[in-house]
Order: sequence, then structure tokens, then C-alpha cells
Amino acid sequence: MKKNIICISCPLGCRLSVSMEAGKVTSVEGHSCKRGAEYGKTECENPVRTITTTVKVKDGSLRVLPVKTEKPIPKDKIFDFIKSVKTFEVSPTVNTGDILAEDVCGTGVNLVACRALT
Amino acid sequence: MYDVAIIGAGVIGSAIARELSRFKLKILVLEKETDVASGTSKANSGIVHAGFDAEPDSLKARYNIAGQKMFDALSEELDFPFKRCGSIVAAFSSDELPKLEELKTQGENNGLSDLKIIGRDELLELEPNMGKKAIGALFAPSGGIVCPYEMTIAFAENAAENGVEFLFECPVENAVKTKDGFLLKTGRGEFNTKILINAAGLFSDQVNNWLSENKIKIIPRKGEYCLFDKTEGALVGHTLFQLPTKMGKGVLLSPTVDGNLLAGPTSTDIEDKANVATTREGLEEVLAKSGLYTGGLPLSKIITAFAGLRAHSITDDFIIGEAEDVKGLINVSGIESPGLTSAPAIAKHVAGLAAEMTAADKNESFKPRRKGIPRFRHMSTDERKALIAKSPDYGQIVCRCETVTKGEILDAMRAPLGAKNLDSVKRRTRMGMGRCQAGFCSMRVLDIVSEELGIPIDQVTKFGGNTRLLIEKNKATI
Amino acid sequence: MQVDLAVIGGGPAGLAAAVAAREAGIEDIIILEREESLGGILNQCIHNGFGLHTFKEELTGPEYAGRYISKVMETAIPYRLNTMVLSISPDKKIIASSGQGLLELEAKAVILAMGCRERPRGALNIPGGRPAGIYTAGTAQHFVNIKGYMPGKEVVILGSGDIGLIMARRMTLEGARVKAVIELMPYSGGLNRNIVQCLDDYGIPLRLSHTITEIIGKERVEAVKAARVDENRRPIYETEETISCDTLLLSVGLLPENELSKEAGVKLSPVTGGPLVGDNLQTNMEGVFACGNVLHVHDLVDFVSEESEQAGRNAAKYIQGSSRAGKGIEIEATGGIRYCVPASIDPVSMEESLSLRFRVGDVYQNSSIALYLDENRVINKKRPILTPGEMETLILKKEWFAKYPNTKKIILKLETKE
Repeated sequence: MKKNIICISCPLGCRLSVSMEAGKVTSVEGHSCKRGAEYGKTECENPVRTITTTVKVKDGSLRVLPVKTEKPIPKDKIFDFIKSVKTFEVSPTVNTGDILAEDVCGTGVNLVACRALT
Repeated sequence: MYDVAIIGAGVIGSAIARELSRFKLKILVLEKETDVASGTSKANSGIVHAGFDAEPDSLKARYNIAGQKMFDALSEELDFPFKRCGSIVAAFSSDELPKLEELKTQGENNGLSDLKIIGRDELLELEPNMGKKAIGALFAPSGGIVCPYEMTIAFAENAAENGVEFLFECPVENAVKTKDGFLLKTGRGEFNTKILINAAGLFSDQVNNWLSENKIKIIPRKGEYCLFDKTEGALVGHTLFQLPTKMGKGVLLSPTVDGNLLAGPTSTDIEDKANVATTREGLEEVLAKSGLYTGGLPLSKIITAFAGLRAHSITDDFIIGEAEDVKGLINVSGIESPGLTSAPAIAKHVAGLAAEMTAADKNESFKPRRKGIPRFRHMSTDERKALIAKSPDYGQIVCRCETVTKGEILDAMRAPLGAKNLDSVKRRTRMGMGRCQAGFCSMRVLDIVSEELGIPIDQVTKFGGNTRLLIEKNKATI
Repeated sequence: MQVDLAVIGGGPAGLAAAVAAREAGIEDIIILEREESLGGILNQCIHNGFGLHTFKEELTGPEYAGRYISKVMETAIPYRLNTMVLSISPDKKIIASSGQGLLELEAKAVILAMGCRERPRGALNIPGGRPAGIYTAGTAQHFVNIKGYMPGKEVVILGSGDIGLIMARRMTLEGARVKAVIELMPYSGGLNRNIVQCLDDYGIPLRLSHTITEIIGKERVEAVKAARVDENRRPIYETEETISCDTLLLSVGLLPENELSKEAGVKLSPVTGGPLVGDNLQTNMEGVFACGNVLHVHDLVDFVSEESEQAGRNAAKYIQGSSRAGKGIEIEATGGIRYCVPASIDPVSMEESLSLRFRVGDVYQNSSIALYLDENRVINKKRPILTPGEMETLILKKEWFAKYPNTKKIILKLETKE
């Protein structure tokens, strides 16, 4: 069977045509780069998303700290992930790129700071 | 026991309170909203009418003429913006010309001596942007423009400085006659007063009708407006009127005293006294009719629209005076246009009446002058430097469209009857009134208000009641 | 106080311009920023998608800003925070205000990098009440991403440009229910990827060819009325339906903030609302340059950085004494192209290669972009799809002008197949 999807890897948004058989991707067409081909496969077999959000700050130069998942996490884990960072609280000093939590929600993916907190 | 209680802190109630504070009286003003000028007084044309439009021998005519003369002195004394820019009633067809003459005659019967009928040439000299259709006009040089809420705030602050008590979020639920005066039942307790002044605007019929057999009926008459960017403020230099009809003075086009361009109002009777929503038909009518003057309007320069409700009495005139059958009840009702213009004169009269009724002595320590919040935006570089030297808060620009500083926003909260929410800060400082309509400054002002009033940031409201801006913390419902 | 270069705005444009000017040898620079930190709008754009061109990585807004802020710190470029420029005179005298007082500067060169503001409800003249709960998307974004508070729980968004789409996802991920995104045009103004990852992912309906005709609510928003529009984008009132909500977010247009520019005497384009500039990004005023959203609204910050670096380099050249002899040749943008930046080119002084950035006014399929020097077509690039929501770039080479030295007209146009 064929699936038509839009690649979200970059702002181009190429229209991909993905062929599947028994739940596995057999071919991807329409991509302009390698990342697009990878996206076509992943999106149809095991869709993932990078999630950006903010976490509470105890004190310091910001009121909330912008954070992101270091790598994409499974789409069906998005709200579990959000719930798990709800109670998170950071304090200075945090640098951009610091790992704030490891293996969030059993995804194997780290939570990373996107801004410095002093 | 109060000597005088005034229901309503609009321009009428506030002006009366100020005039009354010239006497040694215990005065209380009861206002149901969070601030003065929360009703009609903040949503009108801001015009000081010359007085040619009022029917001779009416109260409207009497108080219009008397009131308009008082604005130069008052605006200086109380520090509110006023400009005597002149009024023009334009005629768009030859059969309107005789009506201009009628208006002129009426104005002269009311006591005006400087009215002039002008032809198209002279009209174009006065208003170069006048469109093709205007063929002549009545020119009334004594007409003017004022900021109606700043005027109200000025009266109220001066009254407060001179000892008048104000209670806000205090709706009066009932009034009954007692041996010594009146008992007022309000949302914040019961109050006794000797004299009751009914300046309750849209609800002044209700107040009167609790007490008097001679019923008053007020019909809310909605007027919708469009406000244009200050870049268009010089499109016209005078207040432009069309010929008046039974429903009112018609849709006008005018510069505002702050430099915007204002178009409106429409005139539609409605039922709900709390309905101040603009409507599609109303806004279309505003733009169609106000477009007549200049033959077109810069629609892309509209920054906001609003509606106000006139408190129209079915008797078509002001109702001012002691109720025939209720001693001590002074009604000041049906104050629609030219109510704003008439306010200073009405206030003098009503205060005089109440002072007589209570045989009041003069208040020897009455302070007539009031200084408003410094206006950074109008200052020269040197004046600004001096202001910032007084306090660094005046150096921090918070509202970039109107150039309003943190110092002014703090002043708005620290003034007598200080602002308690964003709209009140807005009316005192002009923050949020610019072309971005508070898009840039709301988040900054939220912090300043939260800190100054000592309330959590999510408790700061737009205008009290259920108008909080920040509803809950992030992820609260996750 | 004298300064060689004053940069008005410390967001992505101002930062990149200042860094480029420093790298080109200018020491005496000052960045004037009105917020309490550098970074501009990127500080509240916590989503990712930035940096694929500039850094070959996908970064969030704060991370992208952080890269340039680091460069500013490393090279010790002076800056002032909480400082709002009040005026720029035609002779480049700047007055700025802060808690420390009024700062009076005389600059040899000025780079305008003030960014843009959002079109508010009032400018659309939507009838109804004026309750709490109506915000432009950027204001709401600040509430959520900087203050950590939600402006509402049940949201309707007007406008499907990227900011509207991003906020649809953002609000959903913080616990709100976004009931619909309403879009006037028959197509979305935002990137396709954002339709997928902001709307489709969360089941948020997109109503194309619709608009909001009324806001209901006295103290708080209670509902909005939405209606389909006809081919002239006029509401078909018979199709009006009521959507209950407590919040309306507006993503209905960004307007370059050029009040200061106008006062200084800078000539603006009636199409973009930003300054008319030559290939060196200089405005009609000598020594005054413009870049970033104040010049024209961008979709990708990577292009802002590129453009701003160009402005910084050229401001440096100007300060170092190079001047331009002649006037540039105006570029006529026509046949579906709404505008282009720069608006004119000086073939003698231009850099070897120049990015010409432009937008189309409608959706075009299977067309091509052509550049003519008089009647000579020097380039013809095929484009399968062109939309107003995506800024396009065409690289111009100086050598083309060498081939046609007496060029009087430059024309940029769309050519469609038959």
C-alpha cells in the first residue's frame, strides 16, 4: 500500500510517497535528501517527534526554562513525556546543552536545556 | 451617617463630588465598577459642544452653554487635555443649506454669538481634505475636544484629595427613605446619608424609581466608533458634524485631543444596559457615514473600535433637581449628549443645591488644583532628563507605541483612587492605546502591576471581575 | 557621545550585523536593545527548526540566539539592555532612554534591526465585545514561554501562518484545547511541515477559506462566530457558526516596525512597510542600513542572519570610507512578484554575488522566475511551486552586469508555461 506524507525534517516539506508491505516500508519517493528518506521510513513504521517545552524554574534569571528532547521520541509517548516534566524544577546554573534528565519516560532520550539559567 | 452620598462615579458623579468638596461635608461616592469613568464616560465622542444643537430653553441648552465656557479654566486647573479646535456642521446638498441657517439661529437663541455660515471655498480653507460633496457649513469656533475619562479622573482625584470617600465594586442594590435621609443597601454594606444624589447613568431610572412615584425611564442608546492611528490625526482639524436628526447629532469625524482620528457614533436603541459590543452593521454605518466628509477614509489605519451607551431619557432632556415627592433625593438623570460638555455646569448647580439643603459651611482647606501624571511623551529632551533624574523608572519605556514609562504606570497606581487593573492603568497613562493595542506592553505592565499591588501575576485583571489575563500555570491541566 | 556603528535592536538581525561589522574590522559598536536580554524574539521561539542553513543543525530559537550572543560576548561588542531608542535624526543622532537616563549618541553608521510587530484585532475591525482573552499569537507566546502562564484553556486561532500553527501546538502541549485554526485564504500561510507537526499530529482542524465575524463575551471571551468566505474573501454570513472558546489568538500579519525609520527620513516601500534599500542594504539615507524583519518579514531566521551579515559588512565598508559613486538601478518586480529586496542594484559596487529575496502574491504552480537586464534574460529558474508564505531567493552575479554594461532596467518577473 502507498502512503502520501509530508516530510517535516526541514522547512522544504517535500511530499513523500511511501510504499509499505506488512507494516514495513519497502520504498520512499519524493525526498530531496537522505534525511527525507529516513523520515519516510520512520514516520510510517515508528513515528517520532522532537518535543520542545518549558520547565519550571526555582530561582534565577528566567521564570521557565526552554528545553527539548535531545532526539525524537515516539509520538505516542508525547503526553507521558509532558506529564513527566511537569513536576521538574531547575535551579541555576544551567548551561545550554546541559542534560537535565536522562532517559525520560523510558524513551532512552535525554532532556536538554536550550538556554542558560544564571 | 454621610451628609451626601452620590451613586455613580462617571463624569457627572465625579464632577459633583469635586464641587461638593468645596463645602465642609461628609461625602461618599458609590461606584459599582472597579474605577471611575467605567460606563458611558469612557466611551463617547469626547466633544465639548458649542451649543447650537440643543433645543432652546431646555436643560440641555442651558447646561451646554454654561458648561462649555468653563473648559479652558478647568482643564488648566485640573490638568486634563482639552483643545478648543472648533466645530463644523457640513451640508452635502443644497436642501441642507436652510437647515444650517436654522441651526445657526438656534445657536444664537441659546446665546452663541460667533456662529458663521461659510461657503465651500472657506470650508476648504479650514479643511483642505474636505470631499467633493460638501458644499457649505456652519462654523462654530467655540466647539472643542476633551479626553472624557481623563477629565473624570481629574475631577475624582481632586474630590478625593479634598476629602471625598470613594467606594468601588460597590453596587447599590436598594435605597429606602428614612427619617433622616436614606438607607442605601449595597454589595459592600449599608450606608446612611442625609442627601442622595442619583448620578447612576444608565441605571439612574432604577435608583429614582426605588424612591419616587414619578418614574424615570432610561433607554440605552448605543453608539459605535472606529478609532484611527495617530498618523491620520491631522486628516481633519475640526470636529465635523452632519445635520442632526431625532436620534442625535449623527456620525462625526474628529481629531481627538490625543492626536487620533475618531469616527462615530451611530445611534441605536437597545434593551440590555450592559451590551457594549460593536456590531457589523454599526461599524459599517460608522465608516460609510464618516467617509462622507473627506470622500474616503484610510481604513487600513483603524486601530480599534468601541461602543458606548447613552443614558437617554424618554423625556428627551436632562432630569436635574430634587425629586418632587422625595425630599433629599437629587436626580441627575438622562445625561446623554451634551452631557460631557454640561458636566462642569451641572456639577456647580447640583453641588450648590445640596450645600443649600444641608446648610453647609465652606471647606476652607479646599485645594482646587490637581496635577496629573507626568506625560513623558510630551516632554522635551531636557524635561525628560530631569524626570528620569527624579526616578529611574521614568527612563524605562514600557509602552513603545505611546511612549509611556514605568514611572507613569506606577504613578497611575499610586495616585488617589489609584488604578487596580490594566484598563485603569491604560486610561491614566495611555499605555495600550497605540497601534499595537497592548500587544507589546501587556506582558510588561502585568509584572509592574503585580509587583506594585502585591498580587500574584495571575490575579491581575483587565477590568476586574472575570477578566484575568493569565488563567493558570503551564501544564496545569496536564 | 560618538560611536562608529549603532545597531538598533539586539535580536537575530542586530546580533548578526554587529558580529559581521566587528569581523570586518569595526571596533566601536553599540547594540541598543529594549528587552532585558539579547536574543530578541528568538527567546520566546522555544520550538526547533532554526539553523539548518546557518549551522547545519536543527536548533531551537534560544539556542540559535545563544550562538550569536556567544560571539558578541567573545568579541566584547558593547551593548545596552532595557534601552529604548526614542528617535533617530536625519543626521544619525540617536536618543535612547533607560533607567540610567537619556543616552545621546552620534553614529557614523546606523543599522536598523528593530524587527516587526503583530497586527491586532482592532486593525481587522472584528465586531463584538472587548473581553479579556483576545491576544495576538506572539503576545500569547510570551505569556507561555517566558512567564510560564497560559492565557486560556479553550482556544480558537485566527490565521494559519507559522506563528498561529506553532501556538496551536504549544497551547495543546501545555494543556489547552485548541478547537480550530481559522484561515482566510484557501491555503495555509505557514510551512507544510508545520501543518503536519502542529495540527495533524494533534487533530486540530484547519478551516480554510473561513474568517471570524464576531467575538462574543463581556468580561471573558465566550465564543467566536466563524463563517466561510467567498472568492473575494468576503464572509458568507449564512454560513456563520458559533464556536465556544475562552481565548482567541490572532496570527493575522506581521508589520515591520519603522516608526523610528520614518521619523529619520528613511523612505519606505508601500508594499513591505520596510525601508527601500540598495544591494548594500543601505536606505535612502547615507550610512543608514536595514536588515531582518524591519526590512521585510522573513520566514527563516537563517536568511535573517545572512542578510544582516551583509548589512554589517556594508556598514563597516561605509565607516571605513568607501562610498558609492552612482545611483542604483531600480528593480521592477512584476508579473506576480509582490516585492523584492534589495529594491535597487549598483552593478559597479555590488558584491560578486548577491541574494535577491522576494515573495509572490499568490500560489503559482510550475512557473519560473526570470531576471532581465533590459531585454536580456540572464536567468530563468523553474519553480514547481511558489507561495506567498515562503520567501524565495535568487542569486545574482556581478558578471552578468559586466556582460550588459549599459543596462537601464532590471526586471524580475514570473513566467508561467503557456
